[in-house]
Amino acid sequence: MEAFMERNLGLFFIVALCALAWATESIFHPVSEQHRSAALEFFSSADGHFGSLEETYEALRTFQVLGIEKDAKIQTSACASVIETLKSPTPGTKQIFHALITNSLLTCDIGHEAFQGIQSGLTDSLNDATALLDFYYAIGSLVLLKGQTPEVSLNEGDANRIVQSIKTLSQSDGRWRLNSNNPESRFDAAGMAIEAIAGVISLSTSEINQNVIDALKNDIVKLFDGIQRYDDGAYYFEEKLVDAHGYQGPLSVSAAVVRGIAAFAAVTPESLHLSDEKIVGLAKYFLGIGVPGSAKDLYNQIDALACINNLKGSIPLLLSFPATVISSTKNNQVKVKATNVLGSVIPNLSVKLMQIFTKGSKDGSVIDQKLKYDHENEVHVLETLPESIDIGSYIFSFEAVFYDPEQKKNYATGGRTKVPIYITGVVSIDNAEIAILDSDSGSSESIKFDINRENTVSLSANHLQKMKLSFHLSTPSQNSFKPKQAFLKLTHESGVEHIFLVGSSVKKFEIVLDFLGLVEKLFYLSGKYSIHLTLGDSAMENSFLRTLGYIELDLPDAPEKAPRPPPQRVDVYSRYGPKPEIAHIFRAPEKTAPTWLSNTFLALVIIPFIGFIVLLFGLGANFKGFPKTTASAAFALLFHIGIAAALLLYVAFWIKLDLFTTLKALGLIGAFLLVVGHKTLAYLAAASSSSKLKSS
Amino acid sequence: MGRSTTAKDAEALVHSLRSAYSATPTNLKIIDFYIAFAVVTALIQVVYMAIVGSFPFNSFLSGVLSCVGTAVLAVCLRIQVNKENKEFKDLPPERAFADFVLCNLVLHLVIINFLG
Repeated sequence: MEAFMERNLGLFFIVALCALAWATESIFHPVSEQHRSAALEFFSSADGHFGSLEETYEALRTFQVLGIEKDAKIQTSACASVIETLKSPTPGTKQIFHALITNSLLTCDIGHEAFQGIQSGLTDSLNDATALLDFYYAIGSLVLLKGQTPEVSLNEGDANRIVQSIKTLSQSDGRWRLNSNNPESRFDAAGMAIEAIAGVISLSTSEINQNVIDALKNDIVKLFDGIQRYDDGAYYFEEKLVDAHGYQGPLSVSAAVVRGIAAFAAVTPESLHLSDEKIVGLAKYFLGIGVPGSAKDLYNQIDALACINNLKGSIPLLLSFPATVISSTKNNQVKVKATNVLGSVIPNLSVKLMQIFTKGSKDGSVIDQKLKYDHENEVHVLETLPESIDIGSYIFSFEAVFYDPEQKKNYATGGRTKVPIYITGVVSIDNAEIAILDSDSGSSESIKFDINRENTVSLSANHLQKMKLSFHLSTPSQNSFKPKQAFLKLTHESGVEHIFLVGSSVKKFEIVLDFLGLVEKLFYLSGKYSIHLTLGDSAMENSFLRTLGYIELDLPDAPEKAPRPPPQRVDVYSRYGPKPEIAHIFRAPEKTAPTWLSNTFLALVIIPFIGFIVLLFGLGANFKGFPKTTASAAFALLFHIGIAAALLLYVAFWIKLDLFTTLKALGLIGAFLLVVGHKTLAYLAAASSSSKLKSS
Repeated sequence: MGRSTTAKDAEALVHSLRSAYSATPTNLKIIDFYIAFAVVTALIQVVYMAIVGSFPFNSFLSGVLSCVGTAVLAVCLRIQVNKENKEFKDLPPERAFADFVLCNLVLHLVIINFLG
């Protein structure tokens, strides 16, 4: 709770600081085509069906206020949902409320019996209600039901009792609690409570006690004491201490309060005595949002604006400005539109320009000029600007004046409307002179040049001289002008730049570059420097950066310890761009022997082996010593097979295998060979030794 | 007259060599033929290298050393098996043959690995 308090306070301070940073003059635009297109975008559905009845109602209400034609599909599907809800056996009060309020915007074909059936259920739930939302939905439903079946009403006893029950939930600061268990008091609950009490007043058969109405008016005044304000004049309600669960943004909270106030104002004959400033401020808050980002926000904004627009005696009058930058060369004129918050033009009034302030000064010249009304475009036009107004930024103060004083009572203007206006024009530059002065002799002849053309100046100087540039600026009204930017830039041919400010006196702009003092700043670089002049201002339509010409500077050589000029910015593409393609030169493959030669020698190599076999046969080699007995013969055979397997393994090793696989296989074959070979050779050894014994 | 004395001596030398050689046992002759075969194969490989150049040198070495190695092992076998050799009197020829086979297997493993 503490952390929340601190966090919300912190947020409040940030918001307050931001609000302080805002100008006190802001422009508010009424509801426009952008709102209509946003509504069509947010509330679009392929089959005319929105998520719930509540969303359907929001869509229909927004379309109604903005004057958008209802789609037939939406109408049929909405009516279907309404009828379904009303006919269901156990509808909740909230569902009934949304069904009835949707029905109030459409003309669904619902039978009288259906309404009768609901009425008794609603009266019961109203009698059992304890929480604020229960009261709100039940009373709201009964009020809507009254529109269909006029005999719905509450008797005096019930009405008073209900009002008392609702009032028990109110707090001393004008806010309401949602139910008796919940200690936190909220603004949106206050809005709903006021709307509910207004509903009771409209349902009651007899006059409600005047004390009740007065007490509620006091509550509303106390409630409005808790309103918050932005510096540009927008007023809004925001919950201060609320847990994250039930947090509603200031838009929905302010909209809930506005709905309550509007409902109450509709049932009381006399006005609510709320200050015009706060009503207009609330309207400004809703308009200041522009086009909201979600469907719910758009509904809240549009519904609240529609409610404010119906507050009799306090309908906000808005002066809006299609353009605030006026170009004197194009002969633009200041145009003002007088509308209500929903964008409809309010007729039979005139707009007067009362005062003009120069930006930054407190008192302004009093003008009191009436604007001419253009019937075709429905705008008030300031045909001619006052004589004293030259280019620059000003604050114009306008006031709306009604022809009929009776009509004036219906509207709330919120005082004068101040708006920042920028008047731009072409600034002319003339009397441009440039000269090279010797330091000892004061003057030298100065060259007049046309500053409006590029590259007209070509000078040369050494470090003992000075360069002087002067020119005169004047506005279209022939007054002297001081722009916000006046810079002279000298760029060396190597790219090093130096920027100097051009100073001004009353009559003209002048800069003197004393090269003796600047030698070190220029890094002792001699050579050709190009001269650029920049003049710019928000009121100047012809701000420019122009190359005036060149100056050859002859500076002494840099001493040892002089600072080096800063490295120039490397062209990004040359350093980080693609490098030239590298053509790799591969080693030329070795010359190998021609195939036929290799094959010939392959054959030649086989020949000695064949020769060996032939010789063996010639020698009389035989297999007589091969073991005779089956076991030993088997072992001998296996021995030869093992050796053949090893040789085949070597061939496989050469063709495909790697050393490790070969070694593994060789290990196996070797072990096998050991066993078998030992057996065979042992047998042969035994055989030969026995034969030796025999022979010896 | 006729052939010179050196020629006659050479002829007599060869003759005596041949007759002495024919007395050697058959198994030793087999081994001698094997050695001759191995050396001739090595010589053919050297001639090939002389013709085409030594580009894959490892293959040439592998081939030549295989022949030379197996010839050397055969020579060792011949020494050990020869009954007139007093030094190896107690060594059974089967054992020598087993050593020959084993060493050849190892040699050829290395040769095949080096062949590339």
